[in-house]
Amino acid sequence: MENSSSNNRFRSTMFNHGEIYDQDKEYVGFATLPNQVHRKSVKKGFDFTLMVAGESGLGKSTLVNSLFLTDLYKDRKLLNAEERITQTVEITKHTVDIEEKGVKLKLTIVDTPGFGDAVNNTECWKSVADYIDQQFEQYFRDESGLNRKNIQDNRVHCCLYFISPFGHGLRPLDVEFMKALHEKVNIVPILAKADTLTPTEVKKKKIKIREEIEQYGIKIYQFPDCDSDEDEEFKQQDTELKESIPFAVIGSNTVVEAKGKRVRGRLYPWGIVEVENSAHCDFVKLRNMLVRTHMQDLKDVTRETHYENYRAQCIQSMTRMVVKERNRNKLTRESGTDFPIPMVPGVGDNETEKLIREKDEELRRMQEMLQRIQDQMHTQKEAY
Amino acid sequence: MASTDVARQPDKGARPLSLAGHVGFDSLPDQLVNKSIYQGFCFNILCIGETGIGKSTLMDTLFNTNFENFESSHFEPQVKLRAQTYDLQESNVRLRLTVVNTVGFGDQMNKQESYQPVVDYIDRQFESYLQEELKIKRSLHNYHDSRVHACLYFISPSGHSLKSLDLVTMKKLDSKVNIIPVIAKADTISKSELHKFKIKIMSELVSNGVQIYQFPLDDETVAKVNTTMNGHLPFAVVGSTEEVSVGNKMVKARQYPWGVVQVENENHCDFVKLREMLICVNMEDLREQTHTRHYELYRRCKLEEMGFKDTDPECKPVSLQQTYEAKRQEFLVELQKREDEMRQMFVQRVKEKEAELKEAERELQSRFEQLKRLHADEKAALEEKKRLLDDDQSSFSKRRAAAQLLQAQSLTANGKKDKDRKNSGFM
Repeated sequence: MENSSSNNRFRSTMFNHGEIYDQDKEYVGFATLPNQVHRKSVKKGFDFTLMVAGESGLGKSTLVNSLFLTDLYKDRKLLNAEERITQTVEITKHTVDIEEKGVKLKLTIVDTPGFGDAVNNTECWKSVADYIDQQFEQYFRDESGLNRKNIQDNRVHCCLYFISPFGHGLRPLDVEFMKALHEKVNIVPILAKADTLTPTEVKKKKIKIREEIEQYGIKIYQFPDCDSDEDEEFKQQDTELKESIPFAVIGSNTVVEAKGKRVRGRLYPWGIVEVENSAHCDFVKLRNMLVRTHMQDLKDVTRETHYENYRAQCIQSMTRMVVKERNRNKLTRESGTDFPIPMVPGVGDNETEKLIREKDEELRRMQEMLQRIQDQMHTQKEAY
Repeated sequence: MASTDVARQPDKGARPLSLAGHVGFDSLPDQLVNKSIYQGFCFNILCIGETGIGKSTLMDTLFNTNFENFESSHFEPQVKLRAQTYDLQESNVRLRLTVVNTVGFGDQMNKQESYQPVVDYIDRQFESYLQEELKIKRSLHNYHDSRVHACLYFISPSGHSLKSLDLVTMKKLDSKVNIIPVIAKADTISKSELHKFKIKIMSELVSNGVQIYQFPLDDETVAKVNTTMNGHLPFAVVGSTEEVSVGNKMVKARQYPWGVVQVENENHCDFVKLREMLICVNMEDLREQTHTRHYELYRRCKLEEMGFKDTDPECKPVSLQQTYEAKRQEFLVELQKREDEMRQMFVQRVKEKEAELKEAERELQSRFEQLKRLHADEKAALEEKKRLLDDDQSSFSKRRAAAQLLQAQSLTANGKKDKDRKNSGFM
């Protein structure tokens, strides 16, 4: 797109609104800024990292394929039950470049095969949390480096967590996973394989899951509130979206014929489930939210909140270590009062202080004991 | 309900005879049937499956009643079992049904011990039956048989394969109970996926050596239907107690926006097959298998553990007594030995303690002697010093006396001189 053509376009819109500007006198031209941003971003291309997590068999791969209309899992090998008894969680990455109307998107899907599959699942989310932290750490290092031209942003922007529809709501594993990760990544809970639930059951389960999320203090991704001056339709869509959490989805990449139309769906003896029918499931809502409306917001929240949290923690722990060193050299028990860096009352200082105090107590006790023994000996001697 | 446990063996001594007329013992089965109807039947089902997988709903649907169940929480710390007994009646047949459900199965983070409560429950039922059997005054006739006759294992419909927990649990249970695996909530799997899923499950079970219950093929009347049914395992079931109107009837079904899943429609799910196999055709066989295979295995293991052996298959009661006597003797001998050991140890301990005390006494005595010696030494030293002091004192007093004398003498001498002088002065 050329500068002149965009200018032309703007001139024509101004004309449409019936306002005629005298270009030479009153027209400055910064109203074209959005266009410039648009052009630049299209040239740069977009990237998005999506993580999918949940037990095997909940339809994660099918959903990812349905969302982006590709087949990412062609050569996947599924393990047998026997092999899964002691399976550990792996992290796999698939990157694809997709293009639509000139806009390029580099999509990375991070998968967590083996999550929740073993017989003993204690701390199985650790590798996932470590992976996310690693991406943050790498970005932090790159950002603090000297050459910042080509920083690769591999930070995870969104995590779709799949909740099983076969239970009564959240399970202990779900709660532990979400609590371990809610401050590292945007969690969007998904109610998987929703074609096993009737509409009443779906409603009940969503309410139950939302209640449990609040009860356990899990901070899932919050949609930004819309401004009060938006139109009613937009506001209503926004409320609908917020009340659909968790999204009850059904995934499918096979095309079936329903009522004369060819749609993506699942064929059953009793009917056809259409994936893109909002009366059947929330797939369309999820896709719109994820791709069409909130992708940029997800990236922003990752950048502004989760990454900044990580960075602040990182720096704090580094300065705390430095302060500890200096304390040891000084041989004092004062907390770092003469350091310019404002510090949260370091846990480290209190610990050393406590140790020193304890050692003092011990010495005093031993001295007293010694004294007592000496006295005893004296009295004994006198007695004889 | 007594079931014959004497194996039918062709008696070598008896020769077959043909009858000239009608005797009437062909009514024996009827007599048996009448008797058993009079006594009533008893059946125990164990349902194992994750929380919320549909165990209670399926039971309600199978027996066409409402078993008063409540939703369990996912946050149970351990697996528990909940057993409830009901009395049902259909035409003139009474059934005492016990349904045992697992609570909290598959919810814990660490599921390595999840199978243990189930195994313990099954063993407990076997144990109480064994105890009743071994009693001196027993009433097996009236005994309420609580042994688990059938175990429905609910497989989660992931569409891929069994879960690791399923495999581990079924391996532990296949020698204790008749396992009938079912695919729960099967209305989430399409027909083609279901076919692949069933094949995968069966191959996994076979390759891991899990022996599930096979419907019996020895009775010709039911062999054919049982063979076909064996090929449909595991049954993909859907449960529902709600009724939806389809056509002009009310049927048990689940209503979705895209269609209605009818529970009793063979095209939609295998519920009818399960009901037929479990209840209509093979219930009695399940009970028999439990008694002749699983219970006998348990009994054998238990008695062998206790040390009993079958020296003579025909005279088992006798060898039982002998073994019992032998064990008793052994036990008494052991007891005696233990007593002797303990007595010895006690004596030894007493000796040791005595020696210790003696040693302590001796030490004390020596210390006393030592201190006494020290005391005497010091006393002697002091005496010596005192003597020296006395000597000094006496020599000093002597010298003083001498000095005084000298002084006195000199004084008198001086006095005389003075007197002389005075006197001379006078002169």
